[in-house]
Amino acid sequence: MSKQPTRTIKVDTLARVEGEGALYVKIKGDQVQDVKLKIYEPPRFFEAFLRGRHFSEVPDIVARICGICPIAYQMSAVHAIERALGVGIDPSVRLLRRLFYCGEWIESHTLHVYMLHAPDFLGYPDAIAMARDHQSIVQQGLRLKKAGNRIVALMGGREIHPVSAAVGGFYKTPSKSALKELVNELEWALDASLATARWVSGFDFPDFEQDYEFVSLSHPGEYPFNEGRIVSNRGLDIDASDYEENFTEQHVQHSNALHSVLRGHDSYMVGPMARFNLNFDKLPDVAQQAARDCGLQAPCRNPFRSIVVRAIELVFACYEALRVIREYEPPATSRAQTTARDSTAWAATEAPRGLLYHRYSLDQDGLITSAKIIPPTSQNQKRIEEDLWHFVSQIATRSSQEITWKCEQAVRNYDPCISCATHFLRLHLERD
Amino acid sequence: MALRIIGCGNFDRGDDAAGLLVVRHLRSLLVETLGVIPDLEITEQRGESFSSMDCLTNFDHVILVDATAPSGTPGQVQVWNAHADRLPEDIFPSSTHAFGVREAVELARAMNRLPQVLLIYGIEGKRFVLGAPLSPEVECAVASVAERLMTRVSDLLVKTSQRSRLAEMT
Repeated sequence: MSKQPTRTIKVDTLARVEGEGALYVKIKGDQVQDVKLKIYEPPRFFEAFLRGRHFSEVPDIVARICGICPIAYQMSAVHAIERALGVGIDPSVRLLRRLFYCGEWIESHTLHVYMLHAPDFLGYPDAIAMARDHQSIVQQGLRLKKAGNRIVALMGGREIHPVSAAVGGFYKTPSKSALKELVNELEWALDASLATARWVSGFDFPDFEQDYEFVSLSHPGEYPFNEGRIVSNRGLDIDASDYEENFTEQHVQHSNALHSVLRGHDSYMVGPMARFNLNFDKLPDVAQQAARDCGLQAPCRNPFRSIVVRAIELVFACYEALRVIREYEPPATSRAQTTARDSTAWAATEAPRGLLYHRYSLDQDGLITSAKIIPPTSQNQKRIEEDLWHFVSQIATRSSQEITWKCEQAVRNYDPCISCATHFLRLHLERD
Repeated sequence: MALRIIGCGNFDRGDDAAGLLVVRHLRSLLVETLGVIPDLEITEQRGESFSSMDCLTNFDHVILVDATAPSGTPGQVQVWNAHADRLPEDIFPSSTHAFGVREAVELARAMNRLPQVLLIYGIEGKRFVLGAPLSPEVECAVASVAERLMTRVSDLLVKTSQRSRLAEMT
């Protein structure tokens, strides 16, 4: 019997941005021997950094965790702290928070669909190379992202690391006329997002499905952003306060990041596919019809089709933003009064990449005594590795170059923060 | 003239603030000497690099200032003409999602959206640690680049004025 050749595919230094990571795949013959996705999660440092800070500082501090989804961190933080303090928010503030989140989803999903993931499907090394051949498409993506930026800038005071979110509401709320100025562009954005869905649904998707446990928020009346119970397709149905009883983080030797697992169930998936599969009936008709037109049905179990799901969520976010603007009446007061008390509370909201869990304990002066933040990338990390195990098994006989390309594409299915870096990775291939 | 000068960077990252400080210094110099200049816009970009690409459009003449990666000569100033040169890789710090000045310029080039004149001033940084102060070498370079840009703006104003007078005479 001939000796099976071993190939080791290493992707070193998934550097910068919101995390550090690397990818390692070892193949012997056509059998996968090992897969390791290593992520070093910066958000962990923030938990200690928050201790001793006043609760009112938390939204601005956690916004710095991520340059692309600061609103998600702000929303999970303010909801947890408001719960701790027993603060109720004005219905108009609740609407504005949905609008704020729409802006972030539009920014983040557009960036991923157009600039990070589409080049994989079209055979380009990056968006710049893609732009040479697809100018009008990239132009559409840039304008769509800018529509999201405009919402964030109006609501948050600036495009990056917004500063207006506060415990109890906002430091400043917009006028009706200021919101109405966004309408024309958002109407264009809704059409553009429908076109985006049609465009990406025509891509060539690998034939690859997995039996996932999907986890997301679920709200009885709306597609989830800030509120709802944490549910799964395998019977999980809990309040955020029970998160840590049901989920646990495991240390793995090859990574500084902890692997989140669902106790008794193991790995799970959060993010657009989980939301879509668990909340399809909460999408507005326009988004449901767009999904059907794209041949997308819930449950979707092919992670490569997550690009289509993101496009459907773009349709939703544009539609929802327009709905909020139509219904908005300025609140009587932009920010509810808060009184410090010794307390602990929890919240989970839906970041563009999936469920984002926060827990805070406060002392009687309102200072943070402990904080816990579990970002979606940490929750998906184990699932990404499992996808790679199964997917590489299907393509193990192909060239190392093609396997490397496909592995990176498979990682990007999840839009993890580390995917930010994957278009300029240094690749090392070792052969026996 | 339609000139836009863009300072890029991050005030919380040591020498990465160089581009922002240049345009602030330049703004002060202009106010002191020339007052308000029509068709001149000075802007700051702090991380939303896709907006940087937008900033390149609708102006004939754009100057972009940013810190560059350390390579042993902190404070060294390099100038690239975007129409003549491609920006070198790994020299400009990337922002969120690995998209920075170089990517903004190259994406604009790929989409035929470069302005008629696009100059990129790079100031080599020494330290980019969170919360670090500006290094002395970069501090000197910031003043020097601001003065060079001041001279450039003055020259452009003179040329524009001469052209206007010439147009009136003919």
